[in-house]
Amino acid sequence: MAVAPAKSTSAANKSTSAAKSKGSKPASAGSKSNSLKEFTREEELEAYRMMLLIRRFEEKAGQMYGMGLIGGFCHLYIGQEAVVVGMQMASRDKDQVITGYRDHGHMLACGMDPKGVMAELTGRRGGLSKGKGGSMHMFSKEKHFYGGHGIVGAQVSLGTGLAFASKYRGENSVSMTYFGDGAANQGQVYESFNMAELWKLPVVYVIENNRYAMGTAITRASAQTDFSKRGLSFNIPGEQVDGMDVRAVRDAANRAMEWCRSGNGPFILEMQTYRYRGHSMSDPAKYRSKEEVQKMRDEHDPIEQVRARLLRNKFATEDDLKQIDAKVRAIVAESAEFATHDPEPDASELWTDIVI
Amino acid sequence: MATNILMPALSPTMEQGKLAKWLKKEGDTVKSGDVLAEIETDKATMEVEAVDEGTLTKILVAEGTDNVAVNTPIAVIAAEGESADATPAAAATAPAVTKEDKGGEKPASVAKTAADAPVPASSIPAAPEVPPGTPMISMTVREALRDAMAEEMRRDGDVFVMGEEVAEYQGAYKVTQGLLQEFGAKRVIDTPITEHGFAGIGVGAAMAGLKPIVEFMTFNFAMQAIDQIINSAAKTLYMSGGQMGCPIVFRGPNGAAARVGAQHSQDYSAWYSQIPGLKVVAPYTAADFKGLLKSAIRDPNPVVFLENEILYGQSFDVPKLDDFTIPIGKARVHREGKDVTLVSFSIGMTYAIKAAAELEKEGISAEIIDLRTLRPMDTETVIRSVMKTGRCVTIEEGWPQNGIGAEVGMRIMENAFDYLDAPVIRITGKDVPMPYAANLEKLALPNIGEIVAAAKAVCYR
Repeated sequence: MAVAPAKSTSAANKSTSAAKSKGSKPASAGSKSNSLKEFTREEELEAYRMMLLIRRFEEKAGQMYGMGLIGGFCHLYIGQEAVVVGMQMASRDKDQVITGYRDHGHMLACGMDPKGVMAELTGRRGGLSKGKGGSMHMFSKEKHFYGGHGIVGAQVSLGTGLAFASKYRGENSVSMTYFGDGAANQGQVYESFNMAELWKLPVVYVIENNRYAMGTAITRASAQTDFSKRGLSFNIPGEQVDGMDVRAVRDAANRAMEWCRSGNGPFILEMQTYRYRGHSMSDPAKYRSKEEVQKMRDEHDPIEQVRARLLRNKFATEDDLKQIDAKVRAIVAESAEFATHDPEPDASELWTDIVI
Repeated sequence: MATNILMPALSPTMEQGKLAKWLKKEGDTVKSGDVLAEIETDKATMEVEAVDEGTLTKILVAEGTDNVAVNTPIAVIAAEGESADATPAAAATAPAVTKEDKGGEKPASVAKTAADAPVPASSIPAAPEVPPGTPMISMTVREALRDAMAEEMRRDGDVFVMGEEVAEYQGAYKVTQGLLQEFGAKRVIDTPITEHGFAGIGVGAAMAGLKPIVEFMTFNFAMQAIDQIINSAAKTLYMSGGQMGCPIVFRGPNGAAARVGAQHSQDYSAWYSQIPGLKVVAPYTAADFKGLLKSAIRDPNPVVFLENEILYGQSFDVPKLDDFTIPIGKARVHREGKDVTLVSFSIGMTYAIKAAAELEKEGISAEIIDLRTLRPMDTETVIRSVMKTGRCVTIEEGWPQNGIGAEVGMRIMENAFDYLDAPVIRITGKDVPMPYAANLEKLALPNIGEIVAAAKAVCYR
């Protein structure tokens, strides 16, 4: 079990039906833990590796920020790893991913090179955007990752546009459009919801509800804190998901992706999750108690959940997991090393890539 | 007393129309609200209704007559018992009530002042890009824009147009007339009234490789969407290190129409032209509109394409060529002269052209540069002219502070200071929100007298 919804002490892993307009609404299917489709050994290991990579990468990024190697804004994904990893486990090759500024985890989960991501954070020429984008602005056409957007909510319209392009071209891909509980209050989100449902666009809106929009708790910012209901007036079905349990995420993602792929239009997944760190590196997170954070880490950590199952099911030994950890640390260390020593972009890069 | 029925105007921009059909004949009794006739303009058909009851005693303009000027008497209605042979001259006049049949436009638009009334097309030289001897065809800016979109949509299946009322309504200003019929609802897409959202959807579709034409009913409404235009469309190529382009055109009428007040009259030329990553185009002639819109649609970058409502109905010669494009980023010498350079663009050109004619009478030979593209700005053509004349006046309807004129003046100072015989003067819209009252609106806009005075001042005359 994971994060409690803001206004309730009940478990978050109960699934909430939002729109009732469609007969074949998949959202009514429960996602209670006991009905979860268990992962195979390979799936558990895949999820474990990727979530651990994101965790260790972000910890390293935090350190490097502290050392002054990373500048500006740096928003860490620590605590939320199960969301993007579970979503990716339900995606196919050409499905598009777009998100906001807390984007390092999404890029790694999409298979983008950790060295390129880290070197972008340090503003080096080997960065994925040649050092010209920074933490919030990286892209990969090859991996169908469309950013990395710094304006809260802008990616929601853009992601809807990706879905528009899929449908226009008759491709069967789905746009996975991520945004937070804060962005969910932006006006263009609802403009996009309206058009997505009107035109039956294949987009899964993944609302990563980590309970704080910067320093403002959802209860102080949102009149309706059940974000799965945010599409109700557009007849977009929604579901609340335990975003700390990668199995629940993948299950819900499968349902949502299938809904979209079948031509039913958009779907909303509210991922109930939690970020352990501040909003950005400069946020001391005084708006919540240390106990709240500690409780979340102790009881709901997405990686520890998988780790415990791996051991309990004898899918892996402590030694196996140590080896995985060592491999992940090596990848991260190599990225950090590269990002520290790669030269800054050539001065001539100032004037390139402005127009084609 | 007999009443003359006058040729009605559907909108203030309409100057003449075709009397397509009479639905009543001489001798018929009519009552208020009866449809008397159908009238066609280049963008709509409308019905002429009787405003009084009586007998239709005389039809003065036969059906099928083209180019009937607005306010021409077209029929006489006599009240009961009146002589049936009332003459038009003796009759009181009453404008007919018109009812739009096939949609129309938002309120607006006649030439606001004498200064921006149309310049005769025959007096306008062909663009330098047109090969000599090319046959020309007269068409309105509206038709040229539509043809440009249609040609590009035929050429490339990835091109589509979206916006408010672009499809079934045939365009709020009828610019997209006929596109739905030819290309279908998949490629000509009516959006809800939701500029921020559909601009973002367009940008997202462009990032995925499609080539959207996003029509804003006017650029005033695009202010709702400016974050997506600038932060998402213009900056992504740079922020992605060159990986992620955004081939999109944002187009629609920009600047002041007529009598629509402050919120609907803003000129955004200077705003968008400041943004690296955007191209900004603001043509004047129909040929330039057509050739530049085709180039904009093919351009791999986001292009802000600024049209002008008052120019929509103006006719110009357009080359009859299968595929006529004009490169973005090239100004044109509209008129050669030796004493002073007038620099303008879009509707501002109508002021410049008329001012040049006035100056000619006073023995001052003005060269006119039509910038056509505002970003990248063709500094070279301006500088070459100023090096010849030594004097420059800029003309625009937009506001003075940080305007296009301010930019042109600065570039001249940077590049041709030593050639200047007088400081550059900018003629702009006044530094006020656009007023509604006709007299105040006229005062808020540039006028020919100001331009003539400025040109004489820089010539020390």
